Amino acid sequence: MRIFDPHIHMTSRTTDDYEAMAAAGVRAVVEPAFWLGQPRTTVGSFVDYFNSLIGWERFRAAQFGIRHHCAIGLNPKEANDDHLREEVLRLLPRYLAKDGVVAVGEVGFDSMTRAEEEAIEAQLQLALEHDLPVLVHTPHRDKLEGTLRTLRLIERAGLSPDRVLIDHNNELTVGPVSESGCWMGFTIYPFTKMDEHRMVRILEEFGTERILINSAADWGISDPLKVVKTVGAMRAAGFDEAGIERVVWHNPVEFFGQSGRLELGEVEADRGATFHGNSVLRGERRS
Amino acid sequence: MKQYTTDELWGALRERAPAEGVAWLEGEARAASSDPGVLASAFPAVGRMVGRGVLDPGEDPDSLHAWRVEDAGRAVLLVAAGERVAGGLPELYRYGDAAERRGILRSLYLLPVGRSAVPLVEDAVRTNDTRLIAAALGPYAFRHLDDAALAQAVLKCVFLEVPISPLLDIGLGERIGPEMARMLAGYVHERVAAGRDVPSEVWFVIERFPPRRELDAIAAELDHPVEERRRAARRALAHSELLRRRSNANL
Repeated sequence: MRIFDPHIHMTSRTTDDYEAMAAAGVRAVVEPAFWLGQPRTTVGSFVDYFNSLIGWERFRAAQFGIRHHCAIGLNPKEANDDHLREEVLRLLPRYLAKDGVVAVGEVGFDSMTRAEEEAIEAQLQLALEHDLPVLVHTPHRDKLEGTLRTLRLIERAGLSPDRVLIDHNNELTVGPVSESGCWMGFTIYPFTKMDEHRMVRILEEFGTERILINSAADWGISDPLKVVKTVGAMRAAGFDEAGIERVVWHNPVEFFGQSGRLELGEVEADRGATFHGNSVLRGERRS
Repeated sequence: MKQYTTDELWGALRERAPAEGVAWLEGEARAASSDPGVLASAFPAVGRMVGRGVLDPGEDPDSLHAWRVEDAGRAVLLVAAGERVAGGLPELYRYGDAAERRGILRSLYLLPVGRSAVPLVEDAVRTNDTRLIAAALGPYAFRHLDDAALAQAVLKCVFLEVPISPLLDIGLGERIGPEMARMLAGYVHERVAAGRDVPSEVWFVIERFPPRRELDAIAAELDHPVEERRRAARRALAHSELLRRRSNANL
């Protein structure tokens, strides 16, 4: 089974992880820009981080046969630093123009401040200008309210919901996000967020359309094989292979394919480059 | 390893890139000749517009030294910017992704930048990204790096398994010195003592200025009590006529 982990912070992971992921079938990842566990204090740290996402990390992944893409954005925590927010927002257009940048993100709320809202609104506009989909982080605390408020901002910005992935959903947020028409992301974590078995129950209730599963593995307690483990839980619960593949491969390919910048190369070659009549590579792969 | 002229790059682009990509590139090149500032927006898009495969279809598609179609596209844009290109290069490089940086590094010998781009070459050689290291070691680096820096760069290639034989086409042969030969021989000894292999192409460097102490040390490994080391020494020896002759007594 080919697996696409649509949200994983490989910068924080070791080559052992890459090796285990490749062995388990992970062929493609998206690494959204996020915070690093402690706040950065200068815009130069962001430049180096973004450069690593579009250069070094892609190179590391390629050593293991994994296609690495990224999303570029200003995360909510650091958006609260006024000086930094302005500088990083000015920097973003440069990076949103790069190859392999398949979305704006992660954007969203953390403490639901006015500064966070400003950063979200500015980045939704950048997504429109750069014709990129958006990856939205939903808050750890006051999650339902934060999610609903995010959905209102998206509507107000005039973004089409099929260009937006709302991430880190749970049993309470999945309903409203499903109704909004946005894509639904679920983060499978060892202790928090969502686990494999709860995920299976959600899939049984909501089906496999517009749903993406990720490990969001980073520098905290997390597991880069959680998507693989959820595949196992789906099989055990009786999902057929086509349904599983839709969730762990075709859905992320379809969502991020809207950027026109997914580079799946030989990973897709054996299956043809179209899915549901859409070229997932959008004519961009000319080499 | 080919050293294209700008005209040859345009010729190869017209053969290898889609017509609309070439037309786009011609437009951007015209724009860059009057305002080099347009490079900032054109540069990231080059791969998407002209393609990313090897420029010469006869080249190994995985070769780290082969020009890519997008490298050629970026090279002609930089050349089009003319004398003013030097001022914008540091920023293009600083904010460039790996492909943009590779394009800049590969183009340097075609640009009127004097020594001003040496820091970019040094930066690339400090990375562990083999694509950048290979692209940095072009005719520009051979013109501007001193012997010590070039020897370090060649050793780094061997260490990261970037082939060095293609560098013979751009003058590696004339730049081999005793220090480069000593460093590579020392590396061979270190690998043999670890029971490991080195690429056979190190020997054309080592044999130009045979470093006695290091070669004796490698030869002594043939009698080492640890079998792995003896075996590694025999494998290393198989690639060196010189070492075989020196070790005749041991065989």
